[in-house]
Amino acid sequence: MAALGRAALLLSFGLLVYALVAGSFAAWKRRRRLALSAQNALLASFGTTLVAAGVLWAALARHDFSFVYVAEHTNIQLPLGYRLSAFWGGQEGSLLLWLLVLSGYAALVVWLNRRTRELMAWVVPVLAGIATFFAFMLCFVSSPFGTAPAPADGAGMVPSLQNPYMLAHPPLLYLGYVGLTIPFAFAMGALLSRRTDERWLVATRRWTLSAWMFLGVGQLIGAHWAYVEIGWGGYYAWDPVENAALMPWLAATAFLHSVMIQEKRGMLKVWNMVLVSLAFLLSIFGTFLTRSGVINSIHSFSQSSIGGWFLGFVVACTVFAVGLIYLRLPLLRARTKLESLVSREAAFLYNNLLLVALCLTILWGVMYPVLTQAVRGETRSVSKPYYDFFLHTFGLPLLLLMGIGPLVAWRRASLRALGKTFLIPLAAAVVTGGVLIGLGFNSSLPGLLAYTFSAFVAASIALEFVRGTRATGSLFRLIGKNRRRYGGYIVHAAILLLAIGIAGSSAYQTVRERGLHVGQSLEIAGYTLHYEALQTRKTANAVETRAVVKATRGNSTVAILHPGKNLYPVTPLGPQTSNEVSIYHDPRNLGDLFLIADQIDPNGTLYLKALVKPLVNLVWAAGFLFLFGSLVAMWPDAVEQRRLAERYAAAPA
Amino acid sequence: MTLALVLAAGLALAVVLFVARPFLRDPTPVSDVLDEPSELEHRRLELVEERDRALAALKELEFDHRTGKVTDEDYRQQVGPLRRSAAAALRALELRTEAKHERIASGR
Repeated sequence: MAALGRAALLLSFGLLVYALVAGSFAAWKRRRRLALSAQNALLASFGTTLVAAGVLWAALARHDFSFVYVAEHTNIQLPLGYRLSAFWGGQEGSLLLWLLVLSGYAALVVWLNRRTRELMAWVVPVLAGIATFFAFMLCFVSSPFGTAPAPADGAGMVPSLQNPYMLAHPPLLYLGYVGLTIPFAFAMGALLSRRTDERWLVATRRWTLSAWMFLGVGQLIGAHWAYVEIGWGGYYAWDPVENAALMPWLAATAFLHSVMIQEKRGMLKVWNMVLVSLAFLLSIFGTFLTRSGVINSIHSFSQSSIGGWFLGFVVACTVFAVGLIYLRLPLLRARTKLESLVSREAAFLYNNLLLVALCLTILWGVMYPVLTQAVRGETRSVSKPYYDFFLHTFGLPLLLLMGIGPLVAWRRASLRALGKTFLIPLAAAVVTGGVLIGLGFNSSLPGLLAYTFSAFVAASIALEFVRGTRATGSLFRLIGKNRRRYGGYIVHAAILLLAIGIAGSSAYQTVRERGLHVGQSLEIAGYTLHYEALQTRKTANAVETRAVVKATRGNSTVAILHPGKNLYPVTPLGPQTSNEVSIYHDPRNLGDLFLIADQIDPNGTLYLKALVKPLVNLVWAAGFLFLFGSLVAMWPDAVEQRRLAERYAAAPA
Repeated sequence: MTLALVLAAGLALAVVLFVARPFLRDPTPVSDVLDEPSELEHRRLELVEERDRALAALKELEFDHRTGKVTDEDYRQQVGPLRRSAAAALRALELRTEAKHERIASGR
């Protein structure tokens, strides 16, 4: 069946090239049937890519080791769920997933906008052009359908990928990365067709939000995977590949805010074009980082030699986007100006500048080792203090702005109005800061500031809901009448939880480590950890060694924990050992007691590392609230739909 | 292998037919020109967007005033210009509509 997979991919490539060439010609020469035919080619490419994906999934499910990809990424013992997830466990499968998601999104875009042919005329070739690159890679550079005589068993899967989170984390990230292609394609389509009105923004509003939501949730799931699986006690290490997902998310966050200024004031048209392009380009650049092998990363399982192709593609897309924006500058002039530096739009602008500054400093941190290696031949790395410094420098003011923005009116705000609206949030911040200093939380200035600012933001969000509910008479009516605004506030509350969780679990965590013989104990933050025994058992694909550690507080036992190690004899990298952490969730401080068996000697000596991470569970709770808020913001509003339908009713279809 | 080739050939035939469908369904069209908005249509859309923006700004100002975010004095200062810009956009749209009706009535 590999031949069917190859043929389906070749068909996808042919269809996409046709959609690109015929679509461009049709849009240029205004040919209706040719434009429709190009749209159909884009739709059909989803079907053929789906067939190719089906062939690979079937081979993974059936242990068909005649497929080189299946033999390299799975083995007989691997459970079905992980076999199917091996689809995105390797480079060729990941590329196929990218093309599948992109062609699926493109088909949905064509179908949803089937009545707005004029707008779609240039969107189709842009989407096809991007998808053509991935189809080309799959057909001619990195095919998942290579075959060889089947070995008796496969090489297996990297142990760290054998985790339920890996079933969701990569696909969600891909849904996010690829989703950013859609607003980019509409933006470029609008510029190519010289239609720089708001229609492209209206058409892409939910696409941007959903891509941003998927990227956010995907990153949080990845962080939780790192927390429970990698076994170093943290959840975000500023790894270049983690940063690769964070950067487009930051750019998309800036875009989601600045687009409101364009909608409400008709300003920042150029800036929005730049941001939507930056978000897309960073998503492709992230893939270059993951695939190129130019950086050292915990994601090194996915390194390969296709990075050059991606770099070329990023450069080509950058030249295209920058050139087109430059050519269309006269069409993007704003008709209004910022009336005051103390206004909602000004707050959004400051938020944008901080988000982009944070994004670019992270980009510099990622690129610096690569550039020093290329220019000076030296290997230099950028470590946690660099990122932490800029996170504090830009992140803390961003946190504060999240509370200031909603309190300030559009256009301009007088000092009297500001005094009135800021009173309660300021009081909340001052009281919180004072109490925290009194309790001795000033051991970490960033932590203290984060909590003080959080109190300000929490009060500001609560006030917005209380005052709004009073004005409309009902909380549901309030949210129902303005889902974007109040969904946005719920997302702000999620970011607030995230900030509190990160500050608590990093600035105020406690760490102890020492070697223990059976019967010995370790004290940490009110807990006594008693090493009771060592156990070993063999499972289908690993040998599991676990220490039995009793955690007590005062005179009561709170948990029996089992930190240890797994030895995987069969993996693509040879025998591998993984850390298996053990965690007790403490309901008192919403934190965790986190145990790592750093080393287990043959004589049974356990080198135990224990961490107490207060409030860390707020980080994960923030994920659920973030998802809920995003869905509220995205939920269709019938009144607005009618208004937009009326607005574009007379436009040609 | 043979089955794979047959399936691939079937798939290829299906997609070719699907791509050619606009030409097969409409071999001799009255017009094969993709609709394009005229300058007048562009202007109408701009005016509608201006109108919607002005009305939304007024609504937002009213709401902010009711929730206490905008003081009475600020409200009085801002509401006038916003009403005027909304009225100007509405008036321009009405004039265009009337002109269109007149053109239709006179058969032009």
